[in-house]
Amino acid sequence: MNQWTELLKMDDIPQLGARVLRTDTMDIAVFRTAQDEIFALQDKCPHKGGPLSQGIVHDNTVTCPLHNWKIDLNSGEALAPDVGCSHRFPIKVENGVVYIQLAVESAVA
Amino acid sequence: MKQKLILIGNGMAGVRTLEELLKLTPDLYDITVYGSEPYPNYNRIMLSPVLAGDKTVDEIVLNDLDWYKDNGIELISGDPVIEIDRNKREIKTQSGAINSYDRLLIATGSNPFMIPIPGADKQGVIGFRDIHDVETMLGAAKDYQNAVVIGGGLLGLEAANGLQKNGMNVTVVHLLDSLMERQLDKPAATLLQQSLIDKGLQFKMQAQTSAILGEQRVEAVEFADGSRIEADLVVMAVGIRPNIELAQSAGIHCERGILVNDTMQTFDPRVYAVGECVQHRGSCYGLVAPLFEQAKVCANHLANYGIARYQGSVTSTKLKVTGIDLFSAGDFNEADGDETLVFQDPAQGVYKKLVLTDNRIKGAVLYGDTLDGSWYFQLMREGTSIADFRQSILFGQHDLGDAGHGDSKVAALADSAEICGCNGVCKGEIVDAITKQGLFTLDEVRAHTKASSSCGSCTGLVESLLASTVGEGYDAAPSKKGMCKCTEHSHDEVIRGIQQQPLKDMRSVFEFFDWKTEDGCASCRPALNYYLLANWPDDYQDDAQSRFINERAHGNIQKDGTYSVVPRMFGGLCTADELRAIADVSDKYNVPEMKVTGGQRIDLFGVKKEDLPAMWKDLADAGFVSGHAYGKALRTVKTCAGQNWCRFGTQNSTGLGVKLEQLTWGSWMPHKFKMAVSGCPRNCAEATIKDFGVVCVDSGYELHVGGNGGIKVRITDLLCKVETEEEVLEYSGAFIQKYREEGHYLERTAPWVERVGLTSIKQVIVDDPVQRKALFERFKHSQQYAQVDPWAARAEGTAAHEFSTIRIA
Repeated sequence: MNQWTELLKMDDIPQLGARVLRTDTMDIAVFRTAQDEIFALQDKCPHKGGPLSQGIVHDNTVTCPLHNWKIDLNSGEALAPDVGCSHRFPIKVENGVVYIQLAVESAVA
Repeated sequence: MKQKLILIGNGMAGVRTLEELLKLTPDLYDITVYGSEPYPNYNRIMLSPVLAGDKTVDEIVLNDLDWYKDNGIELISGDPVIEIDRNKREIKTQSGAINSYDRLLIATGSNPFMIPIPGADKQGVIGFRDIHDVETMLGAAKDYQNAVVIGGGLLGLEAANGLQKNGMNVTVVHLLDSLMERQLDKPAATLLQQSLIDKGLQFKMQAQTSAILGEQRVEAVEFADGSRIEADLVVMAVGIRPNIELAQSAGIHCERGILVNDTMQTFDPRVYAVGECVQHRGSCYGLVAPLFEQAKVCANHLANYGIARYQGSVTSTKLKVTGIDLFSAGDFNEADGDETLVFQDPAQGVYKKLVLTDNRIKGAVLYGDTLDGSWYFQLMREGTSIADFRQSILFGQHDLGDAGHGDSKVAALADSAEICGCNGVCKGEIVDAITKQGLFTLDEVRAHTKASSSCGSCTGLVESLLASTVGEGYDAAPSKKGMCKCTEHSHDEVIRGIQQQPLKDMRSVFEFFDWKTEDGCASCRPALNYYLLANWPDDYQDDAQSRFINERAHGNIQKDGTYSVVPRMFGGLCTADELRAIADVSDKYNVPEMKVTGGQRIDLFGVKKEDLPAMWKDLADAGFVSGHAYGKALRTVKTCAGQNWCRFGTQNSTGLGVKLEQLTWGSWMPHKFKMAVSGCPRNCAEATIKDFGVVCVDSGYELHVGGNGGIKVRITDLLCKVETEEEVLEYSGAFIQKYREEGHYLERTAPWVERVGLTSIKQVIVDDPVQRKALFERFKHSQQYAQVDPWAARAEGTAAHEFSTIRIA
């Protein structure tokens, strides 16, 4: 059951920035790159739980605001030599609108 | 089809070039490496510790065979290249194999110089150059007793130390009367010789070897004066000769070494050369740091980037003998007009000497305490004037001592000693990472261990650890430091480019300086955003996405993701109504904790990000503006009780504090900026540890600059004394503007003042009214744009997306 949930217009996310989706169980960070690619990760750095949505986005990477771990937006994996992974969620853009799949079991990294 | 690159010589310089090349363009070449030794690339510098038993051969391998395989590099060892045909662009090996190239890299290194005396070809007479020599020495130590090392230079002493630790009876023979004469002056050499004698080495100084005696194997060494020493092993360590035969036979122009230009090309532009075999601008290098610099430049050209130039190296030396700390750099011989600073403590075995030309370090010799070697070396290479701190320079860079790290010698520390207090990293972990991961640079150590990656106060210790662990292989911070990994251009170059080109937006900076990344990174983007904003206040559009979250959200992010709010209280003054308003806001938004800050205002902790704009509106209604407690910006102006109440007060110090804060609030800076005004020399506002401090006295105002109460406590320098409040305001604005225009991003005024020198600041701010007034005008101009309260703007809806979460319909 891969249900797509409508989130917001892509233009409501700043380029090289992020917005936060608050669900009952967790916060999810929705990122937009300079090339208008969209990614969604649990808003929690694998290091000390810092809010990734508040970090600086560059290329396809976000730098966590707490201790500067760099997380690959595509995979959710920390860049070497750090090790760890933030949960990622399937996300897509259609006609300028962003959709996400929230069913956790369908979002295996 | 890929081009073919052949590397002749499987040593440190050549393979380092390949590593740098693969970083730039992994797929440009098919690469073949010819090596004469049956080993993968190893750290030749570490042969001495292997000999001394401090390391194993495996531990000094830099690139194992898997590395060659993983990078698609063919390694051919044991079949050396014997001929280069430059017309056909082919090489021929000993076994007759022929291989063609598009580009050729020669890194054949050097050979030990064997003194041509009778008997030099006997068994047991060797150089000290490769693993094979080390094995020969270790073998001899098992079966024989007496060793003679000819040559009292760096290599000879390391060999002697190693042989002695393996149980041999070692005599060092030296032609001159002073050891390591190219690196050490007489006093340091004397100290060194004494501690080596204490360790059990014997010396025969001013001795010229005339023959090596024996049947097949060496039995004794004979000297010009007719005396003899028994010897079962003779190690010749009198110098190295660049290995140029192959290049020479191919008609490539050679003198002492293979001649190369600044792009590491030989006279045949398809043929490059790096390492000990080359001669560049008349110099041949036998130390590793210059070879790595050459490798970097060579790789840049092999990758067709074509922008790097090698301009020669300034070198430094450390002796790798356990228990002896010795550092030497540059030219320690005094010429006419030079000055010498000397620190000597024979009881402690400490000797430090700096040779200065025009207040710039030209050479350094350190014995016994080498902790500050890398600092002196950096000052030397950057040509920094030490005029402002020459009276204390021999005591070292004091920040090492301040953060509780003490003055302990790093090599003597236990493995469990904590080096990095921020991240809890111990010495053992760092040394482990350096050896196991093969780390060479401070950045690599930071990435792998996190040591020195937070506040930076342990950087000197980590650098010393690097130096003592990897020896000269340690890449001391290059004299020109790139801003971050996205560029090789330094802060100064980028600032100049922004000011002079001019460059007025971030894309232009990326293009002009050929940034390596699309969007920069979390390190350079905030810096560029600041530089653009500071230089082009009326043209540049502040980029929120290039600001660290604290400045983007105008509050300090806390570890649980909430924010703190600090309203501005000009000069630390407040009214009952204002305090009531803060109390009301605190109740209304359920602030869990309030605190009086060190800057004389009130911090409200634990505020949810969504609540910030509404809270700011309530505060704005009560007359507050943002305190910028979160920013690289003007923070506070601290004041004391003042003349209204204090029986000692002079001038209207509190009022002046308020005026200063009204003038300067809202301005963005390279780093945070704190001020204070004290009403008398008792200095209750602690003005002498602020970036800009004013101490009122009966006859006027003392202006102090460059203080810091943080990681490294620094007392201000006295800038000057002025007579009127108007002057205080003008001088402070001018000082701030100079710092804003010249300071590197994240450089507090304390290191900035030390870097550019107080003298140069005084020349502009104190001695030159025209420049001072111009700076002040530029500051006031920029303040027109900066003094817009960001909180009020956001309370009215600016950047609303920053503070709201996505709602699912």
